[in-house]
Amino acid sequence: MASNLLVWIEQVDGQADPIAWQAMAAAEKVAGDLGGSLTAAVFGDGVGEIARQAIEAGADRVYTADDPSLARYRVEPCAKLLARVLEHEPSSVVLMGASTAGLELSAYVAALAGAGLAPDCTDLHVEGDRLTAVRPALVGNLVSTVTFRGTGHRFVTVRRNIFQPADPDATRTGEIITVPAALSEDEIPTRVTSVETADGTVSLTEASIIVSGGRGVGGPEGFRPVRELADALGGALGASRAAVDAGWIPYAHQVGQTGKTVQPDLYIACGISGAIQHLAGMKNARVIVAINKDADVPLYKYAHYGIAGDLFSFVPAIAEEVKKRLGR
Amino acid sequence: MNIIALVKQTPDTAQLSAAMDGLMLSADGGPRIVNPWDEYTLETALQAREEHGGKVTALCLGPPEAADALKTALAMGVDEAVLVSDPAMADSDSLASARILVAAIRKIGDFDLIVGGRAAIDGNTAATAVQVAALLGIPLVSYVAKLRNLDPSDRTVTAVRLLEKARETVTSRLPALITVVKEINEPRYPSLIGIRKAARADIPVWGCEDLGLDPSGVGAGASGVVWRTELPPVREAHIEMIDGGPEDAARTLVDRLMEEKVI
Amino acid sequence: MDFELSDEHRMVERMVYDFARNEILPSIREHDRNGTFPHELLPKMAAQGFMGICLPERYDGAGMDFISLGLLSEGLEWADSSVRETIAVHLGLHALPVFQWGTEEQKERFLPPLATGANIACFGLTEPGAGSDVAAMTSRARKEGDTYLVSGEKMWITLSDVADRFLVFAKTDQEEGTRGITAFLLERGWEGLSTGTIKGKMGVRASNTGWINMDEVPVPESHRLGEEGEGFKIAMSCLDNARYTVAAGAVGLMKFCLEASVSYARQRRTFGQPIGDHQLVKQLIAQMKQRVDLGELAVRKVGWLKNRGMRNTRETSMAKWYCTESAFATASDAVQVHGAYGYSDEYDVERHLRNSKSAVIYEGTSQIHQLMQADYEFGNRTDRPLRCEMPAYDPAYWQS
Repeated sequence: MASNLLVWIEQVDGQADPIAWQAMAAAEKVAGDLGGSLTAAVFGDGVGEIARQAIEAGADRVYTADDPSLARYRVEPCAKLLARVLEHEPSSVVLMGASTAGLELSAYVAALAGAGLAPDCTDLHVEGDRLTAVRPALVGNLVSTVTFRGTGHRFVTVRRNIFQPADPDATRTGEIITVPAALSEDEIPTRVTSVETADGTVSLTEASIIVSGGRGVGGPEGFRPVRELADALGGALGASRAAVDAGWIPYAHQVGQTGKTVQPDLYIACGISGAIQHLAGMKNARVIVAINKDADVPLYKYAHYGIAGDLFSFVPAIAEEVKKRLGR
Repeated sequence: MNIIALVKQTPDTAQLSAAMDGLMLSADGGPRIVNPWDEYTLETALQAREEHGGKVTALCLGPPEAADALKTALAMGVDEAVLVSDPAMADSDSLASARILVAAIRKIGDFDLIVGGRAAIDGNTAATAVQVAALLGIPLVSYVAKLRNLDPSDRTVTAVRLLEKARETVTSRLPALITVVKEINEPRYPSLIGIRKAARADIPVWGCEDLGLDPSGVGAGASGVVWRTELPPVREAHIEMIDGGPEDAARTLVDRLMEEKVI
Repeated sequence: MDFELSDEHRMVERMVYDFARNEILPSIREHDRNGTFPHELLPKMAAQGFMGICLPERYDGAGMDFISLGLLSEGLEWADSSVRETIAVHLGLHALPVFQWGTEEQKERFLPPLATGANIACFGLTEPGAGSDVAAMTSRARKEGDTYLVSGEKMWITLSDVADRFLVFAKTDQEEGTRGITAFLLERGWEGLSTGTIKGKMGVRASNTGWINMDEVPVPESHRLGEEGEGFKIAMSCLDNARYTVAAGAVGLMKFCLEASVSYARQRRTFGQPIGDHQLVKQLIAQMKQRVDLGELAVRKVGWLKNRGMRNTRETSMAKWYCTESAFATASDAVQVHGAYGYSDEYDVERHLRNSKSAVIYEGTSQIHQLMQADYEFGNRTDRPLRCEMPAYDPAYWQS
């Protein structure tokens, strides 16, 4: 039996969160095997443009709800609305990004629908009509596979920056179905009284990307290209003890035995030789890149990619390339 | 003010060193602790009680050994603790767990506030507490970094939520369920006097029968998903050296990193 | 026979280790490096009930037993010897002797502020010219009416500059040796009492060690602990408490060194394999584990004797001698496992090695303990009953 796919498009003030298109890409990955159509749902206040984008991104149909009460995501009105949409979409695999909102909404609606949930997934497979999701567990030391029983509604959230969206196709067409809000403002139990945008600094221990500098940066000003690459990648800035002890950068940035233990997806070490006490803090990073003048440093034993060269010419070039490719 | 604190027992990931893999930790008999996020849960509940009076009940679903986590909760100062445990409940997924917890909450009776942690460090689904709120049909305020105002007379709670790119202040009606993040407080340690009392405490254990649950409606059989957990494939670090000038090397590296899906 | 810790003990152990990991470890390296006392820890320790862990609740203590005192000492020294020293001195060398030897009036007056940590206390026995040889003490007390005038100098006094309560020993009878010694409870602020800090210690640098100077300090008779001439017996009984915490602490230090070494030996590779796969490194690890296990047994047995109210001077001396020497050897082996990094302050084992040297010197040098053990064997030394024995641990009394 074919399963339809339904992607919830997270939005704030009429702007889609990029994670929504990544969820759409995850849906496309399994859509063929599941054999169903691809539907999107977007709730907000003025979401016509996003509905259009959803079609360009691959949706055949888009449910839209436009109401001032939906301008900013709140779990109760969105959950009730999504549950109502699902009544018309039997046996759907519901996908969304594993953002704070996506994790919450998927769990909530799964509870209303009595459905299984695979949160924060990094991969999806279909075997027969069985959908299986893969996700890291226990701070990345284990891998869990979550297999859905049955073919009713199934909920999946996908980890940010795992699935790469295809380029939008402006020639695609699709159906837009307008639905009314499920709850009136009075029926919604919560009120958002203020929103403060958080500053952009990423904390070292929570960052999924870290760019670190070591003795090789040569001085405080040597951290500038390292910091620029971190910014370009939306990551955090790290340092080895040698650089911290030299007073080039505050202790808060230190990674290693006497600093922080980190486990990012990507760790780029610039001018760091990789002494064991530094390795203790970062060797569990998923992908390690070492950039060092010296072609024979210990870090190369742990790194997945190495560039033997002057960090002051290579690091800025990488930052440029990242900006160009990610459009940041 | 009656508060229910949802507590889980998890493996102790501080024990996770180089060669001690997660399977050893997650196996039976590995060192177990109160889910670190739930220490914030307990502290939040205790502070609310200290400010408004009433009592805190710690509620835990788990195997019989999970009583240890509740002893810690008692030693920190909660008034009562209830363990929900039944062999039939083993391998419940988040929704099956939520159904069991909801049955236990109904048995506990009146409450003004339910507090949970943002997630448990083992499954890390961040789903169970959310689903408890959904099933109870009470307001949910998740990712709370600060309780600005808890007003039992006005029956409202105002909290600051920590989202990815914003801090959002939300007011909700009570009773409500909140989940808390690290920033909210500094959990206390159990005191020695608290430990003495907790060590002697007899913690009630509720099974399916006590909760009026049909054993076939809980556990693995009633779960929408099956989890299988194993060691990640060993990644041999065969380094790929990237040659060329800065521009060429940068292009190759970014290609690789995009293939690896890390950027 | 029962080797199992009770639920209560296991919870104390976990809490103390959590406290050590979260509250002590993050800042202790800086304190050690700078030689500064971690004043910020005292209120936290007090809030947890550490300062009066094994004092009865009636004196505002936590009402726990001597095994718990051992676990506390172990967990604190797992992080750093200096913090355990605070407990050893404040509780083992001051509050417990007041509990053992004090009149009911003295207990009611002095113990509650000690148990809550409102007062911090120390112990002054050693002098510049009198360490192991206590009878050579020159501090003296002269009685005028119902007041003693105490003069003299005490040296190598832990917490001398931090404490506000002092248990000091002085001769009330110059003609007598140890039988002329009397114990007094002094308070900071009293005329003629001054203190200072000694700098330049090899280890335990985050502890406060210094001197007490007494120049005709007027001490009311109500502040005399025990009878005149009973001071030496009191001092020796104090050591039965403090040496126990020293031994237990040494076990904690060893546990840290073992954990650190195992973890390092798994990660560090030489000749294509983790160094833990080399036989000579395995030997070091096995020996560390042997010392940890045997030391723990010795300490637990002493805790059990204390709980039963049985005299434990010999067993405590043995545990202290064995555990502190073992800790020194274990810390040294741990530095060896860590290689050059172990010799730097990158890893805590270097600090533990410096710390571990102090405990084979204080509270009776290893040499003194060997003499004691031999003297017990030859029958040259027996323990006679004391006028005031430390009572057996009775929860009904301690927790009422």
